[in-house]
Amino acid sequence: MKKRTLVTLLAVSVAAAGLAGCSSSSETAETAAATEAAAEAGEEEAGGEAAAEEEAEAEAPAASGELIRVGIINNDPNESGYRTANDADMKAMFTEENGYEASFAYSLKNDEQITAAQKFIQDEVDYLLLSAADTSGWDSVLQDAQDAGIGVILFDRTIDASEDLYLASIVSDMNKEGETAVNWLADQGLEEYNIIHIQGVMGSAAQQGRTGALDAKVAAEDNWNLVTQQTAEWNSEKAQQIVQSVIDSGTEFNVIYAENDDMAKGAVAALDKANISHGVGKDVIVMGFDCNKWALEELLAQNWNYDGQCNPFQASYIDEVIKKVEAGEELAEKTIILDEKGFDATTITEEDVEKYGI
Amino acid sequence: MKENAVLEMRNIHKSFPGVRALHAVDFNLCEGEIHALMGENGAGKSTLIKVLTGVYEKDEGEIYLKGHDKPVAIKSPQDAQNLGISTVYQEITLCPNLTVAENMYIGRGKSKLTNWRKMNADADKILQNLGIPARANQQLSDCSIAIQQMVAIARAVDMDCKVLILDEPTSSLDESEVEKLFGLMRDLKARGVGIIFVTHFLDQVYEVCDKITVLRDGELVGEYVIEDLPRVKLVAKMLGKELNDMEEIKDENQVYKGPAENVFEAEGLQSDAGIKPFDFHIKKGEVNGFTGLLGSGRSECVRAIFAADRVIAGKVKKNGKEVKITKPLDAMKNGIAYLPEDRKRDGIVGDLSVRDNIILAAQVLRGFFRPFSKAEANRFAEEYIKLLEIKTASADTPIKSLSGGNQQKVILARWLLTHPEYLILDEPTRGIDIGTKIEIQKLVLKLASEGMSVTFISSETDEMLRTCSRLIVMRDRKVVGELSSEELTQSKVMETIAGGNME
Amino acid sequence: MTVKKSAAASGGVADLFRKQIFIPIAALLLLGLFNLAVDPSFFKISLGNNSDGFPVLTGYLITILDYGSEVAILAIGMTLVTAASGGQDISVGATVAIAGSVILRILVGTGGDGTLQAPIIVAFLAACVVSMLFGAFNGVLVAIFKIQPMVATLILYTAGRSIAAWINNNELPIVTDKVFTYFGGFIPGIPVPTPFFLAVICVIITLLALKFTNLGLYTQAVGINASSSRLNGLNPVFIKWLSFVILGLCVAVVGLIKTSRLSTINYSVIAKDIEMDAILAVALGGNALSGGKFNIMASILGAYVIQFLTTTLYKFNVSSDALPAYKAAVVILLVVISAPAVKEKLSAMGKKLKKQREVA
Repeated sequence: MKKRTLVTLLAVSVAAAGLAGCSSSSETAETAAATEAAAEAGEEEAGGEAAAEEEAEAEAPAASGELIRVGIINNDPNESGYRTANDADMKAMFTEENGYEASFAYSLKNDEQITAAQKFIQDEVDYLLLSAADTSGWDSVLQDAQDAGIGVILFDRTIDASEDLYLASIVSDMNKEGETAVNWLADQGLEEYNIIHIQGVMGSAAQQGRTGALDAKVAAEDNWNLVTQQTAEWNSEKAQQIVQSVIDSGTEFNVIYAENDDMAKGAVAALDKANISHGVGKDVIVMGFDCNKWALEELLAQNWNYDGQCNPFQASYIDEVIKKVEAGEELAEKTIILDEKGFDATTITEEDVEKYGI
Repeated sequence: MKENAVLEMRNIHKSFPGVRALHAVDFNLCEGEIHALMGENGAGKSTLIKVLTGVYEKDEGEIYLKGHDKPVAIKSPQDAQNLGISTVYQEITLCPNLTVAENMYIGRGKSKLTNWRKMNADADKILQNLGIPARANQQLSDCSIAIQQMVAIARAVDMDCKVLILDEPTSSLDESEVEKLFGLMRDLKARGVGIIFVTHFLDQVYEVCDKITVLRDGELVGEYVIEDLPRVKLVAKMLGKELNDMEEIKDENQVYKGPAENVFEAEGLQSDAGIKPFDFHIKKGEVNGFTGLLGSGRSECVRAIFAADRVIAGKVKKNGKEVKITKPLDAMKNGIAYLPEDRKRDGIVGDLSVRDNIILAAQVLRGFFRPFSKAEANRFAEEYIKLLEIKTASADTPIKSLSGGNQQKVILARWLLTHPEYLILDEPTRGIDIGTKIEIQKLVLKLASEGMSVTFISSETDEMLRTCSRLIVMRDRKVVGELSSEELTQSKVMETIAGGNME
Repeated sequence: MTVKKSAAASGGVADLFRKQIFIPIAALLLLGLFNLAVDPSFFKISLGNNSDGFPVLTGYLITILDYGSEVAILAIGMTLVTAASGGQDISVGATVAIAGSVILRILVGTGGDGTLQAPIIVAFLAACVVSMLFGAFNGVLVAIFKIQPMVATLILYTAGRSIAAWINNNELPIVTDKVFTYFGGFIPGIPVPTPFFLAVICVIITLLALKFTNLGLYTQAVGINASSSRLNGLNPVFIKWLSFVILGLCVAVVGLIKTSRLSTINYSVIAKDIEMDAILAVALGGNALSGGKFNIMASILGAYVIQFLTTTLYKFNVSSDALPAYKAAVVILLVVISAPAVKEKLSAMGKKLKKQREVA
């Protein structure tokens, strides 16, 4: 028992280290408690006898009425609004009321995540839910999990490992997100597309998917041109400078394709400064991704034209997978693609903003 | 080359932007000779040495060495070392965080591997031969400055040098250490080494040297055999004018005639620098001094008065009223000024201009929100540059590019500008030329005659005897005696320092 | 005749070369000439109206004034910190995030709808107090505990953004008030970006402070020789500490500009790497990074030179993740030309050249 608390505490203190700021006051208390307890952890470790209760749990995990224990490894919720929403969604789903006992570990670093995973395996959780920081390096630890009879479910991000090592992978299809957006743009029927393309951090899955579709289209169509294609590294300030630079140079453009909402906001700030109109029926089409609530409100006000969703609400999918596995059902497919929408400023409703805004 | 000459420098020229440092200077050194290189600050001694050791490249001229047919090219200190020219500088140029042995052997090994044990053993042997009280594996920074200096000499000696340059080696040594060094120099001389000895101490020149070469304003004045050049003539050659003998300054000693009240009194004063509590007082218009060997605590006493070290006990009174002095600013506000012993570390603010250095203390006293106007600052600077005859290109020149004596004058100007009632001068004449020394001594007496109280510390006893009317003698961080009037003789001072009359 | 003339010219150049402000001026000229040669339209400035219908100036030069001002303001504080402590504060980016977060927290609170709940001036003053406190924290570590400035400020560099996020409960508040956008944009009717005015105000205050107080003399004296300064009645600990507090004030101003630009904040990217630009500005200004003498105007000019470089690189579509590499090249160049060995070689070369001319 002691050992288990220890691991949980460690996991939380990992979170605390990467976090220091928390999204709710109850969590702040939890963090403080964890930090306190972490100090004692070292002493407790030595005397860590595996309690009988824990063994019983490990052998008969699915007994009805008992909580299903999940270890959740996620990226730092501070990273972005998307991640914050994702984390909040997880926290809301894996509660005792829903029949779960959840432990969380946060890190943006792969090696720290792997350490956390090993702790969870030692701790004999029933399921390991993983959003990996990096795609590689997971084989051996997932093998360990499998040997220990722990079900691994990937969410949000895929990894380079054999499919046999995990039960399911719940991901966004970034390529599809890009295609949906590009198709929407093509439907606007402009005579000529002069696009400022602002990219995310180069090499990230989201950047690759969202860039790929646009690159393909620009290569294929004569009237699609890239005025500039630059990475702003998800940073609104850099996006503003990139667009400012294009405006200063006097080059014509009529589309801003920003790979997330923050960068679209930076771009719009530059447009506003130079009195270039944007939005529905205006000079420049503004496109963003991720469906932040404030971004959708811009859509509602018709200041922006399009926002592609990158669905952070994966907990219900995971819940469904776990329920199926617990009931002994077969999963139809290993890779579960999230439903993702693209919102058009002309058709978006207030309900959409409330429901899908993050 | 002349027979038995080991070094000949001919027609050496060297200029720096705006300054002609050396102009057609010749210099000859024979085997087994100790040759004094004399001149005032800025005469070109250091430049000549630096040309010889490869620190500077000469603009013109040739250097011949024994055993080389053609003039040798010395482009770096390494070249000089390889040619058998070793130097010990005035400022320690060793690495304080290495051991004594490492310092003696650093940069010399031809092989990549070092036999540490052998190195330490060799070093210990040399140290023992030279009677230097240091161990090979001791960290250099743990040694006193004097011992560090001797280690530097040991390093040079051990490099089988033909030419040994000693640039002000004695300025931080006490007398017994100086004697030891002279013994060592005579040994080397007997072994045929040519020694160039640069110093400000005239006594020392006449004690060990065979020949003297005098420089003035970057030009050669002449080379003399020591017997042919009595002291007075040497000083005259250096200054380019006949100087009243130094002994005379006491004659023009005007004495302060006003009421002699205690300006400053201390009772049981003690700082955290390791001195025993001491009592002290000074009267208006009095010049007194702390004397004792290096490390006897004489500097620590005046630092305690100025609160330069943390004061841990004692009462102080200013003009009979008890005051609290816990930091230098308190002392300054009470009209006390302190010219520190280590000019480079505690005195000058190197990159700042002469002007800023002069006004600094007065400015701090005046307050953060009341800076002197540019015109005021300039006026002060010009006034004191003129008053103290500070040799500087302009008031804007960074103080670090001035010669030592002129730097000292700037620091003196800084404190005079605060118009102190009580001026403490800790080694104001160390490492500066004879002309400036006398100027400073005269100034001290003049200030005292005008009612300023002065405490004067110097390693040169005769200098203190000439200026002070009362001496406080220190030994082992404790006040052991006080001498005044008839007691003020060289032998009495020595006796008290040595503790001969204690039993 | 011509020989004489060129010799005189070389004398003048040598004089200028010795002046500290020469480096940023030369860099500025170099960049200017480069742009003039490649595309003179770089210097075009046009007057238009912004989306609110007020006149604004646009053009690359205006962009440089606009964005360079942030670094310029930080360069003031960074110059003082460098001069007094002989080290640099690498936490300014993170403390800008904290200052910005404080402003937003006070302006709109958490979970608000973006309308103002307090006057902007109150929020700004609160941010000033908070960032000066954080500056004081750094200052205590450096001045009292004698920790290397870069190591001491590493603490806030690491933790600052998390603290910023914590201040707003990890939310991303958005200000809807129009007036708030003026600080990072334009004040209606004035066609020059406000950040430039804020920078000018900061510079004027600094110059007045340097003229009417002894800040400059004390800071330099402490930076050059702390031991000697103490014996002249100064308190080196206090002066070092003070420089960090002043930098904190500069940070608060930049926090205001940064949050105003987008009316919101992103804790992990706001003012990212700005500390490096500020330090580079100090170095470009010819100030020794080891402390001592300083020239604030040179640092400020250096800040605009850096933005000039950044804007030029953006213009040439250099990928923004490659920008640090170019800045690194500038740093290397600076370090090399200010190295004593190179200086000596250069002056020797100059002398030789002069001699040859005299012979000719």
